[in-house]
Amino acid sequence: MNDNMEGIEDFRLRARAWMKHNLGPILPQDMSQSCNSDEEELAAVARDRKLQRRLFDGGFAGICIPREYGGLGLSASHQRAFNEELVGHEFPSRFAVPTFSPCAAVLFEFGTPEQKARHLPAILKGEEVWVQMLSEPGGGSDVAGATTSAVRDGDAWVLNGSKVWTSRAWWADWGLILARTNWDVPKHRGLTVFILPLRQPGVEIHRIERLNGESEACQEFLTDVRIPDSDRVGEIDAGWTIGTRWMYHERSGSNSPFVTRPIGLRNEAPEEASVIDIARWAGRLADPVAQDLIGESRALDIVAHELQRRVAATAALGHTDHSAIDRLFRGTARVRQATIAFELAGSSAGAWTAEDEREMGTPGMDFLLRQTSCIGGGTTEIARNVISERVLGMPREPSGDRNIPFRDVPRGPKRG
Amino acid sequence: MWQILSSDQTLLRDTTARFLIDQVPLSRLRKDRHDPAGFDSSYWRSGAEMGWTSLLVDEEHGGGSVSGRGPVDLALIAYEFGRHAAPGPLVDCNLVASALSGHAGDLHRSVLADLIGGTTISASCLGAAPWQDPDEATVRIRRDGGDVMIDGAVRPVESARQAAYLLVTGMSESGMTQVLVCATAPGVAMTTLKGIDVTRHFASITFDNVRVPASAIVGVFGQAREQVSRQVQLAAVILSAEAVGAMDAAFHMTVDWAFNRYTFGRALVSYQALKHRFADMKAWLEASHAIGDAAADAVADRTDLAAETASAAKSYIGEQGPELAQECVQLHGGIGVTYAHDLHFFLRRVTLDRLLYGTPAEHRRMLALMQTNQIRDKLA
Repeated sequence: MNDNMEGIEDFRLRARAWMKHNLGPILPQDMSQSCNSDEEELAAVARDRKLQRRLFDGGFAGICIPREYGGLGLSASHQRAFNEELVGHEFPSRFAVPTFSPCAAVLFEFGTPEQKARHLPAILKGEEVWVQMLSEPGGGSDVAGATTSAVRDGDAWVLNGSKVWTSRAWWADWGLILARTNWDVPKHRGLTVFILPLRQPGVEIHRIERLNGESEACQEFLTDVRIPDSDRVGEIDAGWTIGTRWMYHERSGSNSPFVTRPIGLRNEAPEEASVIDIARWAGRLADPVAQDLIGESRALDIVAHELQRRVAATAALGHTDHSAIDRLFRGTARVRQATIAFELAGSSAGAWTAEDEREMGTPGMDFLLRQTSCIGGGTTEIARNVISERVLGMPREPSGDRNIPFRDVPRGPKRG
Repeated sequence: MWQILSSDQTLLRDTTARFLIDQVPLSRLRKDRHDPAGFDSSYWRSGAEMGWTSLLVDEEHGGGSVSGRGPVDLALIAYEFGRHAAPGPLVDCNLVASALSGHAGDLHRSVLADLIGGTTISASCLGAAPWQDPDEATVRIRRDGGDVMIDGAVRPVESARQAAYLLVTGMSESGMTQVLVCATAPGVAMTTLKGIDVTRHFASITFDNVRVPASAIVGVFGQAREQVSRQVQLAAVILSAEAVGAMDAAFHMTVDWAFNRYTFGRALVSYQALKHRFADMKAWLEASHAIGDAAADAVADRTDLAAETASAAKSYIGEQGPELAQECVQLHGGIGVTYAHDLHFFLRRVTLDRLLYGTPAEHRRMLALMQTNQIRDKLA
């Protein structure tokens, strides 16, 4: 921190005063980001773009982004103070992840000066929403096994292939995409990162309906999409250097110093049903078994919050990266909390009336979708590998694709 | 533990660690299992000289902490107690000292001075949760003229046989009352209990028409609820820190074992099934560090979330501490349940810490009630 930087407490007070006059109260969907229809979703997107612009105009966008790119050039501690003050206020929730982290974070770390000058200020002003195009139909967690290809053609690249589980691609503006540029080297050495405008011929976006009827995530099919070489991020075939940082930023999620999102334990939007509301509705508030479950859910909230703070502090001190520990804990804690809410709701979680919608409308469906918190953003199995191998120093898993050209890597069972 | 400590805090922690390694190595604890006290008085006095018993007492009453935040400093000591499975009534002596700090009576002052000096042991007879429910109270305290009468029973009480004074908590007509009672007062009877720890010993105590003067009351008759709640928070901080220390010791011992133990021609650490279990344990351990430290911070600073954070720590660590230790036993195999191995000292410690001053289930219920009350207050 340099001497001219505004003190954190001064900054905090200034942010607090500004929020009081410029931001309204948080809405239920700001935390859950769930909407009942596409129209509602698009209206929420438009509101988020305006909110991001309001942050920018108020001088509070891009707290950790340098001034030359439209940010404030302050520290992670300033961002943290801002996020703590943000509790209870509305905020541009759809910009937090993945636009700011990992996408803006990756652009900031690896982009050319021209790329940064073009996109970072536009993101800060709410003009660009980004998505990350990592997973492919052929492999979820094995990100480095990407088979979407990019072939050089003069000053451009031609992309073909498919990416999947891209949240919000159906209304977003830009994508950060990992593609294979060399098939004759081992898998980690033949990847390159590109910037992809989503709204163009050759990019076909399909929505994936999840079991609850919601279809936020998308699959993209790329057919002969041309990208100028100036939209390449980093060196050719050096994409995995970026990829590891990219996934670090992804695991960091709300801990990332680039993300503006409230952090605290008094964060519940009052309209959303809590476990207490669910237990009260089910007539179980005085039931010791229900109290035990309510207490467990609350304890997990508090522990998760404190673990996140500890992991962020570890990162700030430059110690071993513990983001996978945070990811594993959050995943398993949310699974448990979804189970608790479901248990408290009783049989009404399975079928409910319009009057019960607020309390009973979510526990059953959330239970069906429970495992998403252990799948999305890198599975908890991968997190366990990362913790045991990179944090505890245990031997790496054997793999069938190391040190052989990627084109020779088995991609399905051998038959016959 | 905390990622940033002052040099004074580091000194306090390291001095205690060195002293424990020197004075109470596991080899000694293993041999001393039939010692009825579990520690000797010179050990406790030396610890008191290092600050073990003064940290929750204000400077003007003869105490003092190194950082100005007593519960945080005490948690550093407790962590070392856990890491070395050290004996001694760290929780009870500190709780009683904290309760007596600031009370003007002559008896209170002299007992406090002796507690800080380590020449007196005292027991906090809080017993089992819940402490706030009048129907479940096992001790009654009533007025009788100018005196106070105590009746009932409490268990388990740590180091009761060594204690010269007992801080007795009971229910009165108007609410909770705390009284400082001489352990040899007529009507006080103790029964030694068998237990699961090697060095920590407990008794049950009965009070049969025990008469003490009103000057023995700590605080105000019938109005001890707040101070009891504070004592429970402090106990949660100390026990959580201690359990985290024991979890750390058990975990690192087991990681070393897994690197060095070979089966089927491979080290245990090369099996993914076991690596994933170590990853889970590491996540529990880091979460326990995080919530344990947060509880000490919140209780030290008396934040709005102090009671909730303390109960979250006590319930989470109380649950995951024994789970982690049992996983360590499983990963050791048969040797993990032998008396000759060191692991059981830490298994015992986390298990006992789980049970004292409120089980995880009791703290979870307290959390639920705190939340329900908050919501009711918000609506009102």
